Amino acid sequence: MSGRTVIPFGPQHPVLPEPIHLDLVVEDEKVVEAIPSIGFIHRGLERLVEKKDFVDFTYVAERICGICSFIHGMTYCMAVEELLKLEIPERAKYLRVIWSELSRIHSHLLWMGLTADAFGFESLFMQSWQLREKILDIIEETTGGRVIFGSAKVGGVRRDISADKLQDILKKLRSYQNQFAEIGGVFLRDATVKHRMQGVGVLTSEQAQVLGAVGPTLRGSGIAADLRMTGYAAYGKLGFSPVVETAGDCYARCQVRIRELDQSVDLIEKAAAQMAEGPIEVKVAGTPTGDFFARTEQPRGEVIYYAKGNGTKFLQRMRVRTPTFANIPPLLTMLGGCQLADVPVIVLTIDPCISCAER
Amino acid sequence: MSLLGMTGTIIKNLCAGPVTERYPFVPKEYPAGARGKVNIEINKCIFCGICQRKCPTAAITVTKEPKTWVIDRLRCISCSACVEVCPKKCLALDVKYSPCSVAAQKDSFLPDAGTPSQTA
Repeated sequence: MSGRTVIPFGPQHPVLPEPIHLDLVVEDEKVVEAIPSIGFIHRGLERLVEKKDFVDFTYVAERICGICSFIHGMTYCMAVEELLKLEIPERAKYLRVIWSELSRIHSHLLWMGLTADAFGFESLFMQSWQLREKILDIIEETTGGRVIFGSAKVGGVRRDISADKLQDILKKLRSYQNQFAEIGGVFLRDATVKHRMQGVGVLTSEQAQVLGAVGPTLRGSGIAADLRMTGYAAYGKLGFSPVVETAGDCYARCQVRIRELDQSVDLIEKAAAQMAEGPIEVKVAGTPTGDFFARTEQPRGEVIYYAKGNGTKFLQRMRVRTPTFANIPPLLTMLGGCQLADVPVIVLTIDPCISCAER
Repeated sequence: MSLLGMTGTIIKNLCAGPVTERYPFVPKEYPAGARGKVNIEINKCIFCGICQRKCPTAAITVTKEPKTWVIDRLRCISCSACVEVCPKKCLALDVKYSPCSVAAQKDSFLPDAGTPSQTA
């Protein structure tokens, strides 16, 4: 048996959009163990609740992540609305679903591009991001921002989408579905892609459950767990059932995300059909008291916002548990026993968002 | 299982030409409602200072004596909080961003002064 060597992976690495460091203990080309270290981009955003009042903090919550910014803002608002005992209007709930699903589509397309780039398929990377750009255009038309939506607010949403605009968006999304299928088909059927993904980074359903995996990482291992099943916002009225794959490898996680693209378009269609005219926000009165955990499903998995109010306009405590943080222990299990060359692909299949995880 | 699954798409792309816009030769068209820079109709402003209090990044400074409305463009996050609370509706978001700043400067607006003056 040859000796063990420790190879540093990250924080700067060509496949990593954000900094995470892994010490890879290798025997020849085989990874025996991976030791993570995080904390390179901690910004201390949670502490800012002491300086920003509970309404203004929505802007900070949205900036925790650049990809699922809307869902961060929305989850924070859900936590505060619960503390204020506010019931938001129905239309606002549907609009929240529409924007959440749009951000899921753009996040998954971003992930597809990054993964294609990780296994060296440049044209597939460009193609995925070209599609993502069209989704960003829809987001810009409806919210005014491309990355930071700025449309979530305590008590509802900031902007409405007119019926004509909604039909226009649906028409566009339906036409993009063919392109999702075209790009998704390359991921799911191309021999070179399958060769890099099938049987790589296997996480069994028992391991996924014990290690607390969330999101597509969990659903790719055969566990039908998705926070949207709890019916927050308007999901309860849309007949949602999660996408599940059973293989537990990188390919299964990829399948889940590609199938979720179509599912998100369906959810937007259903939300648009059910949405009735009405107000989009309620007046905020009072100050938050008590504590509450708000849980929602981001593109990467479950996010938990804990908020504790003490009757002043500043929250006493705010804590975020992001999906990437929950997916790091499963990642370490996946890396044990894999080939060194497979590490970038495995790391990317959990869709790591490090600035989320460190805040 | 296919080996050349991307070929059709690549051939289509070769015929279609570039997807990217030819900026700056072709000007960028912004959708209505895009959140760009904050504009003020200074002669309608009553210098109440509500926008200053509501600004989450403290980018706006309003003084009553002398009457000035100053915005730090680098601090502004174009969130439209000021636009929503303005009682005289003299604030509006342009669809375009402000030109790139090359120094830390602020745009000052004075009543009847016309174009804003920039101060460091």
